[in-house]
Amino acid sequence: MAQPVTARLGRGAAWAAFAAYFLVPMGASIYFTLFDRDNHFSATPYTGLFQASGFVPALQMSVEMGVLTVVVLLALLLPAMVTIQLSMPRLRPIVETLCTMPLVIPPIAFVAGIIALQTRLSDADPYGPLSQLVNNQLMQTGLPLLLVFSYVVLALPFAYRALDAGLRLLPLRTLVDAARGLGASWPTVLLRVIMPNLRTAILNAAILTLALVLGEFTLATLLGFTPFPVWIVTSGGDHAQQSTAASIVSLLVTWGGLLILSVFGDRRRTA
Amino acid sequence: MATVLPTGLDAGLTGVEAPAPSARRRGFAWLAVAPFFLYMAVFFAVPVLMLVLGAFQSGGAHSSYTLDTLRQANEGPSLNALLGSVRLSAGTAVVGALGGVGVAQLIIHTRALKRIVLTASGVLANFGGVPLAFMFIATLGNAGFVTVKLHLGDTGFTLYSFWGLALIYLYFLIPLMVLVVLPALEGLRVQWHEAATNLGASRWQYWRHIGGPVLLPSVLGGFVLLFGSAFSAFATARAAMGASSVPLVTLYIANNLSSNVSTNGQNIAFALSVDMIVVAGLVMAVYLPLQRRTTRWLNQ
Repeated sequence: MAQPVTARLGRGAAWAAFAAYFLVPMGASIYFTLFDRDNHFSATPYTGLFQASGFVPALQMSVEMGVLTVVVLLALLLPAMVTIQLSMPRLRPIVETLCTMPLVIPPIAFVAGIIALQTRLSDADPYGPLSQLVNNQLMQTGLPLLLVFSYVVLALPFAYRALDAGLRLLPLRTLVDAARGLGASWPTVLLRVIMPNLRTAILNAAILTLALVLGEFTLATLLGFTPFPVWIVTSGGDHAQQSTAASIVSLLVTWGGLLILSVFGDRRRTA
Repeated sequence: MATVLPTGLDAGLTGVEAPAPSARRRGFAWLAVAPFFLYMAVFFAVPVLMLVLGAFQSGGAHSSYTLDTLRQANEGPSLNALLGSVRLSAGTAVVGALGGVGVAQLIIHTRALKRIVLTASGVLANFGGVPLAFMFIATLGNAGFVTVKLHLGDTGFTLYSFWGLALIYLYFLIPLMVLVVLPALEGLRVQWHEAATNLGASRWQYWRHIGGPVLLPSVLGGFVLLFGSAFSAFATARAAMGASSVPLVTLYIANNLSSNVSTNGQNIAFALSVDMIVVAGLVMAVYLPLQRRTTRWLNQ
């Protein structure tokens, strides 16, 4: 491969520029978390994370919301998508469009819509049952269901695409007819025939959704809750090192997860 | 050996049954689909509807329907914020698109590197948000590592400016572009290049007539997607800027939503949100067809 010298030089320069742009902030922030202004080394920004005030409740809230969002999303989407593929193909474009729609609504506009709904309900009748439900019951500080229900909508485009890719590869008709012919009930078909066959697609959808919820900031902060990302920002004013440490750890953990998933996914395909 | 065909099995099973259960099955089918539609109506359509209605209301105690809110949202400081966002998004989308193509081109032939960069891109492009802002504050903020080491403060550089924010945005826009454009770059067959070269085409002619036209839809689509992504970004800007020093529509909406500066502050936020939905809608109307075009090429 004899490349002209200029081309090789250009390539080298491009490498250097991109590597510097992407690696320097990582290196610099790790340094920033480990050394204070007087260059004294200390790992407490990392080791002290779990003792930091508010960290555990914030993380717990994020994880619980993430798991709940995945469960609601799958319970809603899987039966609908399977049924449509089996017996209602005419509904398919409608569902596909509906699932793409949230991409058109930026999170900040979506949360503005939720606030508009809340305002309208409390203006109409602050003590009415609907107002109570939306403004109080769904806004419990420990586990705000209003956020969970909104995250389901935000995650819909990604989850739909992941599940659709899996369903397309599946001989659904055959599987369902075989299982039904052997006397399986519909819940059994869904839970013990379709879901095991879709596990890769379901795993992909779940990971995407989980990552989205764990990193979501806009809705949470504007509705007044403090899950993990909001905690990073609010505690960042007084404890910049600690917030930066939490940021680095969260990015690395997500990246590690995706990396394992990608290696694992490739193994399966070649096996 | 007889193979059981799905159609044969189907006929065998439904043939025994009377037509009546088919209607019942139809009912069950609706039962599986209805929750989804109901959910979308309650948690998606209703908030969006309320938002649009709110954009046409005057706000305050005796709210009435009016076009004034929409007009006010498109003049003065809110127009300023809108334009600030457009400028930042357009600029970073151009640089991000070019940078993304560059990175994709550099990593395309190395398998291990590709895996690392692709997964890292997935993280940065989709889930960066708040962490990115903190990384850049630690690097280039007023007391940041690089700022202090290189005495950048003396040069007048500050992260809390238009260019500073652009620098942070590129950190998730370039990875997004890599994700969009890498499949298209991989779709360029080596044989096309060889065939063109054998027929006497120059490097320029190859890119002008073959590589360029194949890549163009995905590069354009990527640019539009980057624009949309930068336009609706909020977490990074909020975490890095706090109270806004760069006028951005997302920060402006958030400030109007959470504080009661004026009687119709919320309604102006609603109207601006409608503006954002229009922009995001245009972005998707351009991006989705372009993406479909790209996948058609790649599946051949």
